[in-house]
Amino acid sequence: MPLLELDDVEARYGPVKALHGVSLTVDDGEIVALLGANGAGKTTTLRAISGTVRKSGTLAFAGRSIARRSPESLARAGIAHVPEGRGLFGELSVWENLRMGAYVRGERKTFKQEAPRVLAHFPWLERRKSQQAGTLSGGEQQMLSLARALVSRPRLLMLDEPSLGLAPTVVAELFAIVRKLNADEGMSVLVVEQNANVALDSSARAYVLETGKVAVSGTSDELRRHEGVRKSYLGY
Amino acid sequence: MAEFLQQVVGGLAAGSIYASLALALVLIYRATDVINFAQGEMATFTTFVAWSLMNRGVDYWPAFALTLAIAFAFGVGVQRALIRPVENKPEIVVVIVTIGLLIALNGLTGWIWGAEVKSFESPFPNTTREIGGVTISTRDLGTLGICFVTVAVLWAFFRFTTVGLALRSSAVNPNAARLLGVRVTWMLALGWGFAAVLGAVAGMMAAPSVFLDPSMMLVVLIYAFAAAVLGGIDSPIGAVVGGLLLGVIVDLLGAYVVSPELRLPTALLVLLVVLIIRPQGLFGHVAVRRV
Repeated sequence: MPLLELDDVEARYGPVKALHGVSLTVDDGEIVALLGANGAGKTTTLRAISGTVRKSGTLAFAGRSIARRSPESLARAGIAHVPEGRGLFGELSVWENLRMGAYVRGERKTFKQEAPRVLAHFPWLERRKSQQAGTLSGGEQQMLSLARALVSRPRLLMLDEPSLGLAPTVVAELFAIVRKLNADEGMSVLVVEQNANVALDSSARAYVLETGKVAVSGTSDELRRHEGVRKSYLGY
Repeated sequence: MAEFLQQVVGGLAAGSIYASLALALVLIYRATDVINFAQGEMATFTTFVAWSLMNRGVDYWPAFALTLAIAFAFGVGVQRALIRPVENKPEIVVVIVTIGLLIALNGLTGWIWGAEVKSFESPFPNTTREIGGVTISTRDLGTLGICFVTVAVLWAFFRFTTVGLALRSSAVNPNAARLLGVRVTWMLALGWGFAAVLGAVAGMMAAPSVFLDPSMMLVVLIYAFAAAVLGGIDSPIGAVVGGLLLGVIVDLLGAYVVSPELRLPTALLVLLVVLIIRPQGLFGHVAVRRV
């Protein structure tokens, strides 16, 4: 049984339909990429899963329906959504942002337990703990946002365009950390990317969305060989 | 010189009342993004509750504590019942709701307690004491102390507790807070509760000198507006500094420069000057809007 299962999910913003029946699965311990052009519905798919957009259809997480659950309760269930734009608390310190990652599981105790594990991947965060999060560079903000999500030790990590606006070396570092956590802790990952090359390098499987529907899906190797995907998304 | 310092202390005492109410305005501005025009009437209403308690023989400090608890519940209730249904509507809708609340509470207060002016006792004796050659009113010192303690306790709550952290997070970025498992609407309700507590403190401290009537906080609210704008409408520290500063400015100008009747226009002048020269206030953030 997959960890996450979407079947024929539709979503709309007011009168505008953004998803026209998306079906996908993420298995326990798997990294799955969600590719597509601007406006294809990638972000909306993540938002449908984390409960931040109105939707219909079947959504199940760990065998239970999540179609009607609030974002707060989904965070408690173990879904960590690192949203578009990183979702940091710009006026709060780096450390306060990190502490908020532990909020779902009882802030103080969880943070004490989980912080060393997370900081092992981001040692610089401890040196910058009292800096205002909004004054970090783009790459540092993305790292902080990822670190904050990891503090809750989620079962499913959802990343929305983590590579956006970042230098290639930073992107490589970020995906290396995600792969390591996936391998070490079995954390499942659903990553939305426009940068298909980077995403396919880390993922086992991928889905390509076009105008709110899954157009192509398969293993990452299959998609790399798929002519349409290659031309439209990989650029060769 | 001694008289000057006396004026300064008097100004600080009045300023600490403005600061408390200004801080209430800032808390709500940060939580809900609007000015709560009913903040003064909420304070008046809770001060009348305190009066009723004392009138029934409850001693001052138990009545004070009980009033703060009632004010907290009242603030939370107002947010849940009136603000939450319109929280996703345009800001002007929320503003109109607070103005409606102002009118309704003013009427309700008059209906329950009558329009005649009542006296409200102060917990501090109407005496003076000498500190370093300066004669200072005990009542002023007490008012300053109570407001200071209230603000300090709130600050510690926001700074050192998990709920305080979650509350600040919700105010800064509610969508992100929700994704981290925070029940944001309850956090906003708590913010309204704390604002009502601050208002109740301001009301109970102001009542002995302005006397108790349904519109007693109207003028205080205008000072608080000016103080909040002076400090920066989104800055809690700004509200406190702005309140104290405004209290001293208005008091000194009233004593030495203009006649005391012109104190309120002086506050409005401060408001106007700040809005023209430095709209973000002393400690506020510049609002940058990407177009």
